[in-house]
Amino acid sequence: MATLALRDVRKTYANLEAIKGVTLDVEDREFVVFVGPSGCGKSTLLRMIAGLEEISGGDLLIDDRRVNDVGPAERGLAMVFQSYALYPHMTVADNMGFALKLAKVSKEERNRKVAEAARILQLEPYLDRKPGQLSGGQRQRVAIGRAIVRNPKVFLFDEPLSNLDAALRGQMRIELARLHEQLNATMIYVTHDQVEAMTMADKIVVLSAGRVEQVGSPLELYHHPRNLFVAGFMGSPRMNLLPATVTASGAEGVTVAGPGGMSVTVPVSPDGFRVGSQVTLGVRPEHLTITPDGSISGHALIAERLGGLTLLHVELQDKTMLVVQTDGSDATRVHQQIRLAMVPAHTHLFGSDGLAAEHLQRNPLTVS
Amino acid sequence: MRHTLGGKIGLAVLGWGIAVVMFFPIFWMVLTGFKSELQAVNPSLFFHPTLSSYADVQSRANYFAFALNSVVISVGGTLLALLFAIPAAYVMAFFPTHRTRGTLLWMLSTKMLPPVGVLVPIYLLMRSTGLLDTRTGLIIIYMLMNLPIVVWMLFTFFKEVPRDILEAGRMDGAGRMDELRHVLLPLSLPGVASTGLLSLILCWNEAFWSLNLTSSRAAPLTAFIASFSSPEGLFFGKLSAASTLAVAPILIFGWLSQRQLVRGLTFGAVK
Amino acid sequence: MLQAVQASGPASSSKSRRGGRSGMTMPLIAPSVVILLIWSIVPLVMTLWFSFRHYNLVDPTQTGFAGFDNYVYLLTDPDFWASLINTLILVGGVLLVTVCAGTLLAVLYDTEFFGRSIARLLVIAPFFVMPTVSALIWKNLMLHPIYGVLSALFRDVGLSPIDWFSRAPLLTIVGIVSWEWLPFAILILLTAVQSLDHEQREAARMDGAGPVASFFYITLPHLRRAIGVVIMIETIFLLTIFAEIDVTTAGGPGVATTNLAFLIYARALLQFDVGGGSAGGVIAIILANIVAFFLVRSIARNLEV
Repeated sequence: MATLALRDVRKTYANLEAIKGVTLDVEDREFVVFVGPSGCGKSTLLRMIAGLEEISGGDLLIDDRRVNDVGPAERGLAMVFQSYALYPHMTVADNMGFALKLAKVSKEERNRKVAEAARILQLEPYLDRKPGQLSGGQRQRVAIGRAIVRNPKVFLFDEPLSNLDAALRGQMRIELARLHEQLNATMIYVTHDQVEAMTMADKIVVLSAGRVEQVGSPLELYHHPRNLFVAGFMGSPRMNLLPATVTASGAEGVTVAGPGGMSVTVPVSPDGFRVGSQVTLGVRPEHLTITPDGSISGHALIAERLGGLTLLHVELQDKTMLVVQTDGSDATRVHQQIRLAMVPAHTHLFGSDGLAAEHLQRNPLTVS
Repeated sequence: MRHTLGGKIGLAVLGWGIAVVMFFPIFWMVLTGFKSELQAVNPSLFFHPTLSSYADVQSRANYFAFALNSVVISVGGTLLALLFAIPAAYVMAFFPTHRTRGTLLWMLSTKMLPPVGVLVPIYLLMRSTGLLDTRTGLIIIYMLMNLPIVVWMLFTFFKEVPRDILEAGRMDGAGRMDELRHVLLPLSLPGVASTGLLSLILCWNEAFWSLNLTSSRAAPLTAFIASFSSPEGLFFGKLSAASTLAVAPILIFGWLSQRQLVRGLTFGAVK
Repeated sequence: MLQAVQASGPASSSKSRRGGRSGMTMPLIAPSVVILLIWSIVPLVMTLWFSFRHYNLVDPTQTGFAGFDNYVYLLTDPDFWASLINTLILVGGVLLVTVCAGTLLAVLYDTEFFGRSIARLLVIAPFFVMPTVSALIWKNLMLHPIYGVLSALFRDVGLSPIDWFSRAPLLTIVGIVSWEWLPFAILILLTAVQSLDHEQREAARMDGAGPVASFFYITLPHLRRAIGVVIMIETIFLLTIFAEIDVTTAGGPGVATTNLAFLIYARALLQFDVGGGSAGGVIAIILANIVAFFLVRSIARNLEV
């Protein structure tokens, strides 16, 4: 069993509060991803869990035991650093076996465990090499191997893929997901790349400026973002966020009028929305369609053709920009006038405080 | 300018010309060492080399005694300085406090004390404690003179060990001593070595205390060479031979560690 | 010098890495701090004390408080002022040669040419030669009016050789010390030149700057800081040049090559006038302190703890 709990955890540096009270639960064998823009505190939070940074306030519990004052090694955690942090003067085998050597494990036992980890990660041919002789991907695997060998309660990953090139990154994502299955371990993973978060996580924690913005499964965050920040951060390409005015509100939802002549009834709870109030309408590029009888009119400024899909940057009458995702075979030309429509079920409404209105119906994929 | 052939040749000529001119006295010194005393007074390039001057240097003037003093004093002063400096630099690099900066700067400032300003009290102190003309006395003085630079250089080298490798060590369960033994020292060994080398060079070449605080028993090579300033009879050959022997090892050490020396010599003010 | 240290820069923000485990740290730093403290204070205080006393090692009758007598005696001694001027000429002359030539040579040795690394080794070599060897090699093998290399060269071209140490003793010493310290300046300035990033130089070339313009507008400003450091460090060490004078001219002829350091040495150890020597020492310390203040400030700006 390996559960983790943070209770109102805080971190203060001199006059700056970097982590402002985080409460979180990590279940056994969960793959949790901390995601957020640079400076949001995700690495700091990870390092506090690891024991490399002091916790200024609140409690950290591992398996219901308070470990604020316990040293990093005794917490039963292992960490994979962003720069891998391999010992350059030791061989791969020694790197992986170092922790066991310090714990005075016998040589045979040590070799056995190192061999096992090397097998899982396909590092057997490299055991006698030094890190300097390995490629970036191989070094990363050694860093992971070093963690595996210790058989920790929780694995901590600090942006492990950010130093790899794009192709390798895709490959390693799959390998890490497979590793999670194989080892059946609890993992906490930090990244700024929301694609990694979406594809790998059981649970995503979105952080911004030291605060938790939302915790949920990837699809939950995608379909039901709690506020403007999460809505704009998760999902690529970025959600369109448009200023709108409430024109009616009732039991079926809130009707708003937006730029370019658009009008749509968003199926959310009408509580707190009065006619005339300013709100933000959110709709993802993939939920807009080009249709000759759409209510929104504009003209295409830029077409980003990726082959399989096309991103059209559309300018509406009042100069508001909208991004529409269409199929790659769409023939819309630049400067062409087009009409757009959106699917009401896939729209979002945010009040002037940035918080999302509750959808009347949850997306079926997010209901467990 | 440097892209034309003429320009390239011109640069090479200039660069080599100046190098040759600068190195020439050393070259000549080495050359003259292989002349006999009679040949040495004749400034000619061509001659029959002989080792007679080298033999003289040892037989007439007991070169090895002075060399031994230099070695003992330099190595002793360096080891003593490292002994004090390694723990201090370790603490300052990894457990800095708000006082660390001031302490480091103050230490460096003690190196800027002109030796001649305290010539009198040091001389008298050495005399009264019986340390005058002893190797121990010089070792202590040299240790004190070089300690600031040694601490400073070690501090910079320790700080260059990547923080996350040390953190990985802590995650692996390394305590303080483990960290030092298995991670820090192996990684900073080149830095420690070049610091030691610089200290050796500074001790070996030091020519103020070594001239004033020694006379017969503890005199190192600097003093030995200085004795040639009032010689008897022909001495160019012996001077050259002795000088070559005194200078050669340091020259090699210096060439090997020139990159790292800059950091120690400018107290890090130039990167 | 403590003031310089305190005046230098704001207090660092203490992002203590491991969170004050100060129990273990004191005994590791303390020995170094304590002995340096003793080393910097005790002799200083003693020098100060002696400077205010009559104390002659050879003449035991001279004892007692002297007030400012030693200082007055020193300051009214024409030899003292001569030594001060000589010190100035020595330091100034060597600085001039080493900084000017050093800058130009640093630029030269930064550009690629065939066998550059070996040429660099040769240029650097004089710095590692001990001062007594340098001085005697120059005096006897190179500059000797009869047996020296330079004299032979003069004779070969039909000129009569010059006895350098008689005709221009102080300038000769300036020359020798410059030879010793030029490599230091080159080493430091070369390191600084190499830190000038290539893209800046290439941008200048695109803008149409030739080598001379590039030197004055790009290289020199970049070197300003390093040149300052070189000047300050050389000054501190050049103020107390001793060995080269001791083994060549012993301060003479007369006091032509006596600098402050040699004067103090002569007073204290040759004439056994401890009081007078100490007074001179105090003055030397004050002069060095002035330069040290600026140097410590410069280092402090670069120092990250």
